[in-house]
Amino acid sequence: MRALVAFAIMAGLLAAVWHVQSPTVALGMLNLCLISAIMALGVNIQWGYAGLFNVGIMGFAALGGVAAVLVSKSPVGEAWTAGGAEIGITLLCFVATIAATIFVHRKTRGRRGHFFLVMLVAVIGYLATRHFYGPATDAIESVNPGKTGYLGGLGLPIIFSWIVGGLFAAGAAWLVGKIALGLRADYLAIATLGISEIIVAVLKNEDWLTRGVKNVTGLPRPVPYEVDLQQSDWFREKVEGFAADKLAGLTGDAKEDMLSGLITEYSGLFVKLCYAGLFTCVLIVILTLCVLALNSPWGRMIRAIRDNEVAAEAMGKDVKGRHLQIFVLGSAVVGIAGAMLTTLDGQFTPGTYQPLRFTFLIWVMVVVGGSGNNLGAVIGGFFIWFLWVEAEPAGKWLIDAATSGMAADSGLRLHLIDNAQHMRVFVMGLVLLLVMRFTPGGILPERVKAR
Amino acid sequence: MVEWLNPLILMANFVLLPGLVYGSQLALGALGITLVFGILRFSNFAHGDTMAFGTMVTILFTWLLQSWGVSLGPLPTALLALPIGILATVLFLLGTDRLVYRHYRDVNAKPITFLMASIGIMFMMNGLIRFVIGPGDQNFLDGERFIIKAREFKKLTGLDEGLAIRTSQVMTVVVTIILVIALFWFLQRTKTGKAMRAYSDNETLARLSGIDPERVVRITWILAAGLATIAGVLYGLDKSFKPFTYFQLLLPMFAAAIVGGLGKPIGAIVGGFIIAFSEVMLTYAYKKLGGYILPEEWQPDGLLQLLSTDYKFAISFVILVVVLLVRPTGIFKGKVV
Repeated sequence: MRALVAFAIMAGLLAAVWHVQSPTVALGMLNLCLISAIMALGVNIQWGYAGLFNVGIMGFAALGGVAAVLVSKSPVGEAWTAGGAEIGITLLCFVATIAATIFVHRKTRGRRGHFFLVMLVAVIGYLATRHFYGPATDAIESVNPGKTGYLGGLGLPIIFSWIVGGLFAAGAAWLVGKIALGLRADYLAIATLGISEIIVAVLKNEDWLTRGVKNVTGLPRPVPYEVDLQQSDWFREKVEGFAADKLAGLTGDAKEDMLSGLITEYSGLFVKLCYAGLFTCVLIVILTLCVLALNSPWGRMIRAIRDNEVAAEAMGKDVKGRHLQIFVLGSAVVGIAGAMLTTLDGQFTPGTYQPLRFTFLIWVMVVVGGSGNNLGAVIGGFFIWFLWVEAEPAGKWLIDAATSGMAADSGLRLHLIDNAQHMRVFVMGLVLLLVMRFTPGGILPERVKAR
Repeated sequence: MVEWLNPLILMANFVLLPGLVYGSQLALGALGITLVFGILRFSNFAHGDTMAFGTMVTILFTWLLQSWGVSLGPLPTALLALPIGILATVLFLLGTDRLVYRHYRDVNAKPITFLMASIGIMFMMNGLIRFVIGPGDQNFLDGERFIIKAREFKKLTGLDEGLAIRTSQVMTVVVTIILVIALFWFLQRTKTGKAMRAYSDNETLARLSGIDPERVVRITWILAAGLATIAGVLYGLDKSFKPFTYFQLLLPMFAAAIVGGLGKPIGAIVGGFIIAFSEVMLTYAYKKLGGYILPEEWQPDGLLQLLSTDYKFAISFVILVVVLLVRPTGIFKGKVV
């Protein structure tokens, strides 16, 4: 019941944007709301179900973004011939180094000189890797650096990248989880914060893989392009049918002008609607899976572990194993959302991954929506994204009104209006603290069934 | 004759001095984190932004003083504005404690709840800082920039390598030494300091002995605010002030506190220098040093840089991970709650 009211209010808010601002703004917001909701679901799996504190969401989302590039871009043949083999050897060297280090560590553990042997193997391996790495990346990056300068991708439809992005994030999460799970919660938080910074640093600097800060633009789309729609006959007919009342009474050139204007407007809306449809499908699938999982015996076990680890362990539950599972699953969902976001943007820009926007904002969504409640995470994603976007013009307007007594060219006033957009960060913190203090359960609290 | 001095001066200029300065800044920051962890038992994610907040207030007052024509001669004017920055930060932290954290202490919330509340405060501070001073770079250094310039040093000694010592570097090291001595004197000798250590070791026992927990918490916030502001101002004078950089300092500072042992002040200092020197030594390009100490035929082609500076976060992270795996309590046996 409460969920229904919450979603009705949210729909009302989006409808208000549709009428007051414009349909384009509303649909654009809806698409990002959907993606935010999926990310929030992923974090809710980790925090709400199991109480795992992950502050590396940015990194997992960025891995999803890379997947979009690596899957959809067509391969750069020249770069592959120039440095493909060498980069393969480099990667082999890298993997061999790690394997050898772990092997030596296991074999000599507890003996004298263990530390030095391990360090020796690691350093030799590192130097060997560096030896192949330099020439390989130079060769790849010098192939037409203005346009490519990287290996490119597989040239597959971009929609596959949503799955691949999930797999990438899951792999990274498995590695982090192996290291940091089982330690106290703060350590997991700091370790994930570190890994996300490193992932983004790698994506910014490894030009051979992602073009780094030069960005990859023009990713293929899973939906039609506006230009193609505008030239197709069936779309023209559809618009004519749809806007018959607007066109009625117009003839000749006036009608033609009106029609072409409408076609341009509607083609943009149509593309956004296509995205919205795709994203809604993904959201519904993931949400259904989440709801089923949470209500299953597995879900009860996870919550039991969260509420009392010691007791759950005494009952024979594999706490560490379940935590790793949960961590990998949640991160995979975030990776999927990250790939979807890059698909929607149509470009991969490593410079835009900011922890405030990609990690902590998602946290606010989960807490405000109601941690432990799947629908809560979804409504939190919608609501907080809406607030995040709308707080910007609202803040500007507010500052403008508050300083209207000052002279129009006053330096202070201009400075305040200029920086008003940053007030939304402040508002988010305030919302988080208020919700935590006064309604700790969030908008839709976790339902605890009395049995 | 003194040819062997050249490589030594080179290393002093590019590794020893920067490492010492950066290590001091990290140590001061990590001290704040470790104090809050020892007393309040949570990892304060707002610490980076606390540093930025204190620095921002200091910068604003520095500008005001500069516009009045006040200056400290060769020293930066920021030193005069520093007390006001500290005062503002102390008031802000005490305010947040009163409005946010105290409630969670009263209901005996889990450490993770405190951590999330600190994220909320981090957001608010971050928004406030960007609103007031903007997200861009600010330079507020004035006075004499150098104590010794590289060129003067070369002329003075007749060596090929120069040693440049900046005012801000000397100031950082001197201030850190004074602060650390004062802090340890406070913790070891005064009654309040002893009460804090007792509270950190065993909260229940401390309460039973009549130690006022609220007073201990207040003092902790005051110390954390002072240390954070000073660390932030020194970092800003040495490099430059940019809110996002301060946020990113969280990772090395946490790494320093954990490596030394959370809750142990001495550990935070040692940890700060370990992290700083690892970063500086691994990202320095040793090509020139190779030119001095290696024979002609061994000269390498590359820069001899082990790791690009873009990956300096990876260093803090790897050290952190190794410590977590090998010795989760850190070097000085800190807390693992």
